[in-house]
Amino acid sequence: MTIMRKLLTSAVASAMMVGGAQAEISDNTVKIGYLADMSGTYRGLAGPNGLAALKMAVADFGGKVDGAKIEIVTADDRNSPDVASTTVRRWVENDNVDMVAGLVASSVTIAATKVLEESNKLGLVNGSAASSITNEHCTPNHIHYAYDTYPLANGTAGAIVKEGGKTWYILTADYAFGHSMENDVTAVVEKNGGEVVGSIRHPFPTPDFSSFILQAQASGADVIALANAGADTTNAITTAAEFGVTQAGQTIAGLVVFLNDVHALGAEVAQGLQLTTGWYWDLNDETRAWSDRFMEETGDRPTMVHAGIYSSTMQYLNAIEATGSDDSQTVRKQMMDTPINDMFATNGRIREDGRMIHDMYLAEVKTPEESSSEWDLYKIVRTIPADEAFRPLADSNCKLVSSQ
Amino acid sequence: MSMIFGVPIAVLYGQLLIGIINGAFYALLSLGLAVIFGLLKIINFAHGAMYMLGAMATVILFDTLGVNYWVALFLAPVLVGIVGVLVEYFLLRRIAGQDHIYSLLLTFGVALIMQGILTNIYGVSGLRYSMPDVFKGGVNLGFMFLPFYRAWVIVAALLVCFGTWFMIEKTKLGAYLRAGTEDSQLMQGFGINVPLLVSLTYGFGVMLAAFAGVLAAPIYSVTPVMGSHILIVVFAVVVIGGLGSIGGAIITGILMGVVEGLTKTFYPPASSAVIFLVMVVVLMIRPSGLFGKEA
Repeated sequence: MTIMRKLLTSAVASAMMVGGAQAEISDNTVKIGYLADMSGTYRGLAGPNGLAALKMAVADFGGKVDGAKIEIVTADDRNSPDVASTTVRRWVENDNVDMVAGLVASSVTIAATKVLEESNKLGLVNGSAASSITNEHCTPNHIHYAYDTYPLANGTAGAIVKEGGKTWYILTADYAFGHSMENDVTAVVEKNGGEVVGSIRHPFPTPDFSSFILQAQASGADVIALANAGADTTNAITTAAEFGVTQAGQTIAGLVVFLNDVHALGAEVAQGLQLTTGWYWDLNDETRAWSDRFMEETGDRPTMVHAGIYSSTMQYLNAIEATGSDDSQTVRKQMMDTPINDMFATNGRIREDGRMIHDMYLAEVKTPEESSSEWDLYKIVRTIPADEAFRPLADSNCKLVSSQ
Repeated sequence: MSMIFGVPIAVLYGQLLIGIINGAFYALLSLGLAVIFGLLKIINFAHGAMYMLGAMATVILFDTLGVNYWVALFLAPVLVGIVGVLVEYFLLRRIAGQDHIYSLLLTFGVALIMQGILTNIYGVSGLRYSMPDVFKGGVNLGFMFLPFYRAWVIVAALLVCFGTWFMIEKTKLGAYLRAGTEDSQLMQGFGINVPLLVSLTYGFGVMLAAFAGVLAAPIYSVTPVMGSHILIVVFAVVVIGGLGSIGGAIITGILMGVVEGLTKTFYPPASSAVIFLVMVVVLMIRPSGLFGKEA
């Protein structure tokens, strides 16, 4: 009798343990934290519209994955690494957040991914530009998805140097992303036989660029490169137009230019500007179809960041469904093993350093005559193949790669 | 080319001129703050928001009603001035005579509300506003290319600044104003409507900010947060000039524009901090500011 009871209890206990192991989605909820600049300089490129893209992905799953409910929490990072650290820590420790999406200013991302590494959760980075995020700042706990400074520098700067822009002057936003961009551009320019004759590190954000534009003008460089983003870039381009920079024969190279920036500038001011982008809404039928859905939700056309947020969230939820787990390493491995073929990328893949590799596009802003509508702004000049676009693993300083 | 500390003289002249142009904006904005503080003892933290409203109104009036730049130059400040009078009448009046901190917090809250509402409607990517055709192009001064519009900014700002200083310091209306804030009961005894005077003064100070906003619309990106960036700098300018000193605010505004411009040439990373550095030094040596009356 007692033996029977012991057997029974151990059977029940082991059944419970097995049951416990099967229900691997923690507290039967997949909780996604959306951390982005919701009110400052970078609101337009990710911001509330990025949240809309995230919600579209969750809605496509019917709000549930593998029987578990999907919840979203959001916070405004105010472009502050401190706010990012405390928010992400609170999310993972108190609110059981499994994955953090958005992640815009590079300094914010670096701070947030440190916390994610300590707590072994996952971050899907879409807004940030710095290529250092998957280089010296790489962690096993994040994936950098839409783009980074390396292909932007490669695509735009490489093309301009080949067209004869040999001497360069760089206006750099004075923080992690700007420095990363400046290094990447300098390397590309020098590799292609050009020369960087000077640079200025300007405060972030800078409302008035006239002083810096004047110095860049006086340098006599062929090309004035803007290693900044958001309102800084649009301000610099507007001021350059006002001070007759392009009429005097100098070229402006916008290195991080998003669709919403070009939309704000208008084809009149931005025409002829060359830029590199990870995605454009008017590439093919699939991108157009998704963009139409997005426009119904938000009233705007999506930037590459919005598209990246949707695509990466779909990949994430697919991986949870495939593995039945929301454990960060299980999901990350599944995502790495699955090629990405959707509205965002063709044959995209995630490398061991966390970099998502996909084709990038060199684009030129249309003239007002070429542009048929408010959002018809780019013509694609060249497709940059995935393997050529991003930093080769051979040049990587990432701790996850050097062990090989 | 002759050089000063590794910077060509021509570039330096250019930076001085740019400094004066930016200083013109500082002067206009700090003048409004100085008028409001000097006469009403209100610390107006909504000043940046009013500057932003001026610029936003210019763009919105053009987009919706096709109002051109010249009309906006008068209409936008008047509209924003009316907003200011309403804020004074319905809110600020209720805390008159209280500690300064009340007006500071109240106006700060008003600014956040305005900024938040407009951010929700228009986002912060920036609204488009084309420069009026007359101002397109510029003139080559030899050491720099001066866009016509920037030259106009200096002229317009200096005219308005001088006019305001003259009105407050030299006319009968200005005398009423100053007397009304000195001893309002006595002035009311003389039959002057002091509350009306206070409302109009606040409205006028706010109009100056909106005027600066209209001037800024064609050259800076117009966003609901544009005022919050400039507000703190302008406050520093007022403190350096001496709280409440009308002439001091104008001169210090232009001076600080030049100081900032020179810093952008010699050591750009310090350019966003230099005005505060000057403020610290001035407060240590002359606590009442460069042009303030000794307490």
